[in-house]
Amino acid sequence: MKADIRVALVGNPNTGKSTLFNALTGLNQKIGNFPGVTVDKKIGYSQLPDGRRAEIIDLPGTYSLYPKSRDESIVFSVLAEKNTDLTPDLVIVIIDATNLKRNLLLYTQVADLKIPVIIALNMMDMAKKAGIGIEINKLAEKLGVPIIPVSARKIEGIDELKTAISYANKFALQQDSIDVNSIAPGIIESISKEFGADNPYFALQLAHQHETLKFLTPAQSERIEELEKEHGFHTQKAQASETIARYNYINDLLYDTVKTPVTAHDESISNKIDKVLTHRVFGFVIFIGVLLFMFQSIFAWSAYPMSLIEDLFVWIQGGLRHVLPTGPLADLLIDGVVAGLSGVMVFIPQIAILFAFISILEDTGYMSRVTFMMDKIMRKVGLNGKSVVPLIGGFACAVPSIMSTRTIENWKDRMITIMVTPLVACSARLPVYTLLIALVVPNKNVWWIFNLQGLALTGMYVLSLVSAVIVAYVMKFVLKARERGYFIMELPVYRMPRWSNVLFSMYERAKTFVLEAGKVIIAVSVILWVLSSYGPGDRFKNIEQKYQQPQYTKTMTSDSLKRVISTEKLENSYAGVLGHVIEPVIKPIGFDWKIGIALITSFAAREVFVGTMATIYSVDGDADRIDSVQDKMRNAKNPNTGGPVFTLAVAFSLMMFYAFAMQCASTVAVVYRETKDWRWPATQFLYMTVLAYGAAFLVYHLLK
Amino acid sequence: MTLEELGVGETGIVKEFTDLEMSVKLMEMGCLPGEAVRVSRIAPLGDPIAIHVSGYQLSLRRFEASTIILQ
Repeated sequence: MKADIRVALVGNPNTGKSTLFNALTGLNQKIGNFPGVTVDKKIGYSQLPDGRRAEIIDLPGTYSLYPKSRDESIVFSVLAEKNTDLTPDLVIVIIDATNLKRNLLLYTQVADLKIPVIIALNMMDMAKKAGIGIEINKLAEKLGVPIIPVSARKIEGIDELKTAISYANKFALQQDSIDVNSIAPGIIESISKEFGADNPYFALQLAHQHETLKFLTPAQSERIEELEKEHGFHTQKAQASETIARYNYINDLLYDTVKTPVTAHDESISNKIDKVLTHRVFGFVIFIGVLLFMFQSIFAWSAYPMSLIEDLFVWIQGGLRHVLPTGPLADLLIDGVVAGLSGVMVFIPQIAILFAFISILEDTGYMSRVTFMMDKIMRKVGLNGKSVVPLIGGFACAVPSIMSTRTIENWKDRMITIMVTPLVACSARLPVYTLLIALVVPNKNVWWIFNLQGLALTGMYVLSLVSAVIVAYVMKFVLKARERGYFIMELPVYRMPRWSNVLFSMYERAKTFVLEAGKVIIAVSVILWVLSSYGPGDRFKNIEQKYQQPQYTKTMTSDSLKRVISTEKLENSYAGVLGHVIEPVIKPIGFDWKIGIALITSFAAREVFVGTMATIYSVDGDADRIDSVQDKMRNAKNPNTGGPVFTLAVAFSLMMFYAFAMQCASTVAVVYRETKDWRWPATQFLYMTVLAYGAAFLVYHLLK
Repeated sequence: MTLEELGVGETGIVKEFTDLEMSVKLMEMGCLPGEAVRVSRIAPLGDPIAIHVSGYQLSLRRFEASTIILQ
């Protein structure tokens, strides 16, 4: 879509920036990535009163142009890089009227880049309530920029803001804020001269950020490094004196334009809520209550839509089977592509619900309190207060949880969180656990109230959390920190969640997951389908010929014949051959080649285990009939010993394997997407497989 | 004395910082020399703490608070 003017939206976190973005663009927006990095890029379109179209780019919230996280580093590079398809013609700085001073810091930095600016002054109603009086016209005059009061929540002032966009100047008319040149005179002059920087603040920012800016060539970056040494430029000292100078300017600015009440609003509502929610005892009780509710809801609310989606795909598969001519192409489409697609789509309800909760918790300000309460515990094991949410979300599904680690600014903390989240017992392990536990653990009570099966299942869940904590603790010593960890974080005022934002967030995350992780899952499903539907040489042909002989066709019904054929085909397929190949490796942990096939197929997704078991032990119908799979597995005899295949030792060894092994193509895909480096998912896959094998080996030999 | 030594409800004025890197982050967040800071609460486990500074609530770890020297 072509636009007449490009507008970038910039502001502090918690200022209502995304609400304003939604108000300006409505549903007319698209989400992508900024080139080369996984930072969500939201672009929307807005019709201006003069008939022109504005393209609006929502930049990540930041307190200053000096980035503290990967997301924030995009802000300066988008504003500064010339002549790209993102370079803005105009910047709207959104400012929280209840906290003008800190918000204006970012404004003065943006203004000094000499891009045309408009200020959108949000939350005027809250400022009035707090007794803050702002003389808007006088302030606008002093700054030399239009200030438009808006209420993004109530959708007030949006038309005025659109009008201001349409009247915006092509040239930056704002007043200079501070004397930038005096901060680091030598280097600003040299960079301006050599790189043709058109304003001193841009030159200064190049000196600060040249190492991370994508639009500089390595040679340019090296040259800036040389200049820094030449002029004795110290980035932190320069930044400190710049910040002090900016706040001095802001204090002067606000001295006769803003009146703040002298009385501290100590007993604000927010403070009262905090007294309860971060209380020594109630704080944790409420937090655990919130988690339980969230965890329960993810399971309970997603069950119905998930089965609907599954049914829908079964119906589609049936329809296609009916319409398409039989043949390998139809099989590939139906059992490979559509089955893979259904494996992706089925996660949508869980992802949407988890992100609805996360978005509500973040929007209300409760999330920062959780971080505040949990930081001390989490830091001990190499994590961060913000790791709590992904870890808990991991009980539902690692995929959205890993996506949610983006809120962790510290690189090392974020990586450790990503690396250990898949250890947490996700919902896909549940069918595997319930099947195996029902098989070998007696349904008996001990000490009257504890059901043995329930205890075993609880044990698996506790084990998953304990192992995540231990691995995190080990990684704390293995990984080298890229930056110092710190925890300087705003505790925003409590607010009601904005339901439209919640909906947007659900929609966005689900869409991102389907588009990004979906590709990999479908590819893997197709590969697995090929592996299990074809065999080397003419083995398949021989099987079919064998069962055409009268001794089989006469004595067996066509249904049971079909089952025998498909079982024998699976054994002779590439997957079956692979199962035999890996048998020597998995024998020490108690598995035979049949379980080997299930292990191979469930590398796409763990729940495939049940389906594969159903195929191998040739059960009528589908994987939903767990009872019948269970019966067949119970009756399966080990040809060497004559005893059952699934002994206590084998079943628990299998559960250990499923607890630790990275058998989830979606997680691998999403870890790659979030880290943009295949070494992370590879390392994760490796360490988890080693752990899985070790744990299975140990348990098998202990119980044997 | 440092910010870390203040109890809940006590107020101090920021004088200087002992750690340059930390000071840059703190100042960006409005915690500058000359600003009044008040400890508004302490996390249930004793760390981090929350302070009231330049019109809003900021949380920081005890170690970070110990780099802020008060007048």
